[in-house]
Amino acid sequence: MTDTIDVTINGESRVVAAGATLLELLASLELDPRAVVVEHNRVIVRRPNLSGVTVADGDAIELVHFVGGG
Amino acid sequence: MSTAVEALRDTPFTVGGRTFQSRLMVGTGKYQDNETMVHAIEASGAEIVTVAVRRVDLDRTKESGVLHHLDTRKYFLLANTAGCYTAQDAVRYARLAREAGFNDFIKLEVIGDQETLLPDVQGLLDAARTLVREGFKVLAYTNEDLVTALRLEEAGCAAVMPLASPIGSGLGLLNPYGVRTIKRRLKVPVVVDAGVGTASDACLTMEQGVDGILMNTALAAARDPVAMAHAMRLAVEAGRGAYLAGRMPRREVAVPSSPLEGLLD
Repeated sequence: MTDTIDVTINGESRVVAAGATLLELLASLELDPRAVVVEHNRVIVRRPNLSGVTVADGDAIELVHFVGGG
Repeated sequence: MSTAVEALRDTPFTVGGRTFQSRLMVGTGKYQDNETMVHAIEASGAEIVTVAVRRVDLDRTKESGVLHHLDTRKYFLLANTAGCYTAQDAVRYARLAREAGFNDFIKLEVIGDQETLLPDVQGLLDAARTLVREGFKVLAYTNEDLVTALRLEEAGCAAVMPLASPIGSGLGLLNPYGVRTIKRRLKVPVVVDAGVGTASDACLTMEQGVDGILMNTALAAARDPVAMAHAMRLAVEAGRGAYLAGRMPRREVAVPSSPLEGLLD
C-alpha cells in the first residue's frame, strides 16, 4: 500500500503524504496559513477549517496571495 | 496656507462607506524594486493601494508577496481581478481576495481584448451583479461609455471607474467629454482608472470633476517614480482645486485685461 498521494498544487503535480490535512500541507510547504488563501477543488477553505480538510488523491489545490498589481 | 483652505472647502472622498483624504489611488505593480514602490506610494499621499491575486510561488515564497513590504495598517488594500477574461473568473478571484481578510472591496476588471485590455462590458455587468449580491463593494473598471456606467450604477457598484486611455498606455485623457458626462450623470463616485501618463494628464482629468484617479504605470515606469508620485499628488490637488474654483469661460476672441480708459493720445 502506498502512503503518498498525487495532487496538483498551483498547477504543479506534487506527491504528498496520504491523510494530510490542508494545514499540514501548508506546513510542509513552509507557508504561513495567515499569508495565503486556500482553494480546494474550487472551493475556498477558510483558515479555521484548514485542519479539518483532508487531501485526497487527484485533488486540485490553489494557494494564492497578494502580489503587486494595478 | 491657501492650499489648506482650499482643502478644507472640499468634501472628503467617500466610497463604499469609507472616507479618505486623498483622491489619488495607486497600484503596486511593475516597480523595479519594492523599496522604490514603498517610497513612491508614500510620496503620492495615496491611502488606497491596489494589489493583485496570484498563485504563491511554491519555491520562492518569501519574496513574491507584496504584503511583506506594505504596511496594511497604513494603507487600505484594494484587490483587483486583473487578468480575468470572464465574469466567472473575476468572481472567483474576488472571492479569494476577500478571503485574505482585509475588506470586501474589489476593483473589478473583466478584460475583453488582449491587445487593448479594454473591458468586456457584458462580462463586467454579469460579474458586478453577482459580486454586489454577495456583499462586495464593487469598483468597476470600465470604458467611457455612459450607458455601461449607468448600468454598473444600477447594478449596485460602489464606484464606476472609466479609463482615461488603455491600461499602461500613458496616452492621457482621450475622451474628456465622455468622462465628464459619466460624472455628471452618476450618483456614485467616479474614479478615472488607467491611462494617465504624466502630471498634466492627472490635472486635466481632475478638472473634469471626477472624484479621484487610480494610476500605476505612470509612477512605476517614470524615470524617477518617487518624484513622479509627488508630482502626481500635486497635480491631483491642483486639478481638484481648479474644478472647485470653476474655470473662466472659454472665448474665441481676446478680452483686454488692462483698462481701455486712461490711454495716452
